[in-house]
Amino acid sequence: MRTRDTACGKIDIAELRGRLETSGGPHYWRSLDELAATPEFQAFVEDEFPSQADDLKNPATRRDLLRVMAAAFGLAGLTACTRQPKENILPYVRQPEEIVLGQPLMYATAMPFRGSAVGLLVESHEGRPTKVEGNPQHPGSLGRTNLFNQASTLGLYDPDRSQAVYFHGRISTWGEFLGRMAELRETLGSGEGLHVLSEPMHSPTLMAQRSALRRRYPAMQWYEYDPIRDSSRDGIVYDFARADVVLSLDSDFLFAMPGSIAYARAFGSRRHAEADRSRMNRLYVVEPTPSITGDSADHRLPVKASEVEVFAQAVAARAAGSTGQSATLRPELSRFVDAVAKDLQAHRGASIVIAGEYQPASVHALAQALNQSLGNIGSTVRHIQTTPDEAQSFPDLVNAMRAGRVKALLIMGVNPVYTAPVDYEFSKHLGAVPFRMHLGLYRDETGSLCQWHVPEAHYLESWSDAAAYDGSACIVQPLIAPLYGGRTPHEVLGTLTETPDQSGYQIVKSFWQSQYRSPDFEQAWEHWLHDGIIPNTAFPERQATSIPAQKVAQPGSQAAQTGLEIVFRADPCVWDGRFANNAWLQETPKPHTKITWDNAIYVSPRTAERLKIENQDLVELRYRGRNVRGPAWVVPGQADDSVTVFLGYGRGRAGRVGTRAGYNGYALRTADRPYFDGGLELVKTGDRYNVASTQTHHTMAGRDLIHSATNARFLKDQTLFRGEEKQEHEVAELSLYPGWESTGYRWGMAIDLNACIGCNACVVACVAENNVPVVGKEQVGRGREMHWLRVDRYHSGSLDNPQVYFQPLPCMHCEQAPCEVVCPVAATVHSSDGLNQMVYNRCVGTRYCSNNCPYKVRRFNFLLYQDWDTPSLAAMRNPNVTVRSRGVMEKCTYCVQRIEAAKIETQKQDRRIRDGEIQTACQQACPTDAIIFGDLNDKSSRVHKLRNGPLHYSLLAELGTKPRTTYTAKLRNINPELETVS
Amino acid sequence: MPQIFSRSANTVAPLSIALAILLVGGGILSIMGLDRSEYITEIGVAKVQPVQFSHRHHAGQLGIHCAYCHSSVEVSSFAGIPPTHTCMSCHSQIWINSPTLEPVRESYRSGQSIEWVRVHDLPDFVYFNHSIHINKGIGCASCHGRVDQMPQIYKAQSLQMQWCLDCHRQPERHIRPREKIYDMAYQPAEDQMELGRRLVSEYKVQKLLDCYTCHR
Repeated sequence: MRTRDTACGKIDIAELRGRLETSGGPHYWRSLDELAATPEFQAFVEDEFPSQADDLKNPATRRDLLRVMAAAFGLAGLTACTRQPKENILPYVRQPEEIVLGQPLMYATAMPFRGSAVGLLVESHEGRPTKVEGNPQHPGSLGRTNLFNQASTLGLYDPDRSQAVYFHGRISTWGEFLGRMAELRETLGSGEGLHVLSEPMHSPTLMAQRSALRRRYPAMQWYEYDPIRDSSRDGIVYDFARADVVLSLDSDFLFAMPGSIAYARAFGSRRHAEADRSRMNRLYVVEPTPSITGDSADHRLPVKASEVEVFAQAVAARAAGSTGQSATLRPELSRFVDAVAKDLQAHRGASIVIAGEYQPASVHALAQALNQSLGNIGSTVRHIQTTPDEAQSFPDLVNAMRAGRVKALLIMGVNPVYTAPVDYEFSKHLGAVPFRMHLGLYRDETGSLCQWHVPEAHYLESWSDAAAYDGSACIVQPLIAPLYGGRTPHEVLGTLTETPDQSGYQIVKSFWQSQYRSPDFEQAWEHWLHDGIIPNTAFPERQATSIPAQKVAQPGSQAAQTGLEIVFRADPCVWDGRFANNAWLQETPKPHTKITWDNAIYVSPRTAERLKIENQDLVELRYRGRNVRGPAWVVPGQADDSVTVFLGYGRGRAGRVGTRAGYNGYALRTADRPYFDGGLELVKTGDRYNVASTQTHHTMAGRDLIHSATNARFLKDQTLFRGEEKQEHEVAELSLYPGWESTGYRWGMAIDLNACIGCNACVVACVAENNVPVVGKEQVGRGREMHWLRVDRYHSGSLDNPQVYFQPLPCMHCEQAPCEVVCPVAATVHSSDGLNQMVYNRCVGTRYCSNNCPYKVRRFNFLLYQDWDTPSLAAMRNPNVTVRSRGVMEKCTYCVQRIEAAKIETQKQDRRIRDGEIQTACQQACPTDAIIFGDLNDKSSRVHKLRNGPLHYSLLAELGTKPRTTYTAKLRNINPELETVS
Repeated sequence: MPQIFSRSANTVAPLSIALAILLVGGGILSIMGLDRSEYITEIGVAKVQPVQFSHRHHAGQLGIHCAYCHSSVEVSSFAGIPPTHTCMSCHSQIWINSPTLEPVRESYRSGQSIEWVRVHDLPDFVYFNHSIHINKGIGCASCHGRVDQMPQIYKAQSLQMQWCLDCHRQPERHIRPREKIYDMAYQPAEDQMELGRRLVSEYKVQKLLDCYTCHR
């Protein structure tokens, strides 16, 4: 049996580059292996499940297999004869009035994440939260979510969460902790030596508690620390819906910024297939490593992180009217600068220049100066008055610890032992602090080094409040009582006051009562809880601070560095490491490389060529006398000589999922250069490291799957994509099988490739809604991931700076489904409304269907992937979806449980289902509205209109499968001056 | 060349073939019989419950409405099992010292649920919805039998897929006017088929035979 995990062979990068340059016409590819067509890749494609094929070629084992299969087949029918196991019903003793058994309730709450909260509506089945959706009334959500929100239910039920108060590594109690805090209070006096470390705070109640504590302990010191800079205090919000031209200076505003969900929605509204094509916006991105924003760009230029500032200065100088050629610019950069500056000038007042959180203050100043000179301030860029930053910075804490001034340190929900810059030697200094307390969801690296550890309540268990990116406040209300006796920061801070045992509810409510001095407070409070938003609490606008014009053209503080550059980035799935134990996020393929369960070291093809590095080579990074080993990954689109290291992996104490996955990027990260720096050395070790990447899985080898054009070309010829339809129609007529008539409903889905940004929110939403199991790295390596919906990523164009296309791929629900005709037991059949049904209880696991599926959307439970034993996970599952066992095929159902629920409700009301009444889980999560589901028989439905629109196409139409899931072709708004650059 | 088989082989051979057919056929038949037996279907089998609650007494003799206890039957998939509070709404006044009701009082005092044993239990991959059946004119007694005559509750029907499909294929044979849903002793006043066809079109009853109707 072969154990090779991923298709990977020797690749000649120079040869590939040459081939791409000479090949005419658009050509789409997924991976370098596919492009190179190495023998290993060919073999990988031939065997869909690579490691199994050998057994079938051996005649003896083949006979054995058939014998076993025949016996299994014969006995399969017997399983129907089992008696139902004894089950008990435990009714309520006193049933809450609002609960109707069998009907879920939705509660409004919010997930605080770094500087901004996303308002949520959480589905609760008899008191168990099972699924989160966005709150349409909340400005940070607008009804949509990101993958972190979607995965938070698993975070709640994670069996590895801290479950008790610990004192010196032994289980203790909250009561004992209160006793110890009472002693501490006696000795604190004015608070000399009392230090508190928290995340950047945006909870109004917590801030008020801090102010109260300051009054009581004037000498108390409070620090805020986030390993990734949080730009929410910058006080700038953007209106992407009004921007015609956007320039991103290494900013991942579609995914990683406070307010990204709202930004993605606004940005997508100008690109959506339903939008006015003549008003399509244009996005320029310069960045060192491909981000979600960069992958959506019309023009993307990979530059080293240190070069971004040089680029920004050049644009600023050009926009200010200078025409001289900047000496420091490379020619391709210079051309890009000219085009961008001209485009920005042509859209004064309707453009945005946005700087990334990883870039230094000078780049942010440049971006704002540009916005000012372009007249964007007040129209597309608004400045708001955020709450003043009252905390000291993290280095001050380290200095105080070094000096021995810290007598008591309360660490609230952060993990500095893991995330602090390595040169601070935080754990060493922490050990010298006499009283250390850690509040956290996990007893992690920091928790295990503190005398006291208190389990933190998950946000779905907490009373708290939070602010959205624009300052709008909302109440965080719990969906469930703390599973493991967790406490909120409010309650822990309360232990320092005269009323140490106040509940979080009392603290939060009394704060808002003090803010809202009106007799109808109770009524208002109920409204806030119901709506999930407190009206009129957004930050007021402020006058933009004027930036002196000369600063615009000033040379930067950092010149572009030569040699290899190290770039630190938060991981797009586990972020700074806080989600490392979340298996849903670990198994979600990274947006750009489709790597799961690991962080790789990204190098550009040219750099890899020079250093003779291939995918999965174990390389050593040497930087400032420290070194770290990790697998290299050659990433088309990565800037040359720029090496990206992703943070969040290599955890020492994350839990059974996250511990020891990947390498620890923090081990190289120093305080003065937290985001990028030169002076990196990259050395091949000669060893190999298996990385489980799904980018080569389920390949639809070489077929015409992505349709795209430039916007300008489409505006000239609206019938550009219409040739396909005729052909599709002709092929469909050739079928020997009779067609299906769906006279009632005719479900269909349209996926807009223009709007899709590849953020993976849909993938995790599908996992959460449909009880999709996690399989682990080894099984992913064998191509056995279970995701019903995958987001394929295609490249086109040059090897060094390719264009990127994302294509979400659920089941196509073909009208002439190839899977149905090959099933020997009729476990997959057609429904009257056109769904391709998968009946688990009939399936005997022949996998013929999967073999015959041209779209490769069927997933087989090779092993018992589902965790049937952990009690907390049983509470997490959606009760309306069967939990599948071993040996069963499964696939996307169009969220049939939602369809059936809507059908039943509308039947009771004697009416038809309205357009938009059913949203599939992926559709509901999508921040950019890229997935649209509805009834094709309803002429006024959105999906019907998109299907008859000029951009519509179906995948592999030439096979005559007549898929119900179809796509709209991707248009790029190319600047004619840059047409040949990217 | 001597004979290989004796004469008796002429008899043994066809006999053994017949026997084999009988054995295999009998095996299949007995499995099918087993599947339909009370051992598997549990039709008519009462189960030991923590409280020997009598539907005959409450629903039959006292005439308490089904939905008084099974309150979500018209609105939800699950008909609902009454909380202890519902029992105590009467039994805090009457039979307050009955030893039979001690588990109920104990539950009310301690806040712990009464652990009823499930009688009508579908497999976990089947999603049945009470409310739509009630709304489309299927009476309680059609599936649950004469509950008003059961001192202890038991299954009146097998609840197997074949049985479900019998009605899903021909709803007109079982449908009744909506106002007679809870009528345990309901008998159609006219010809059932004629009434059934009329009600099916009036209530817009579909013949839902798609797998996804019940299996998700």
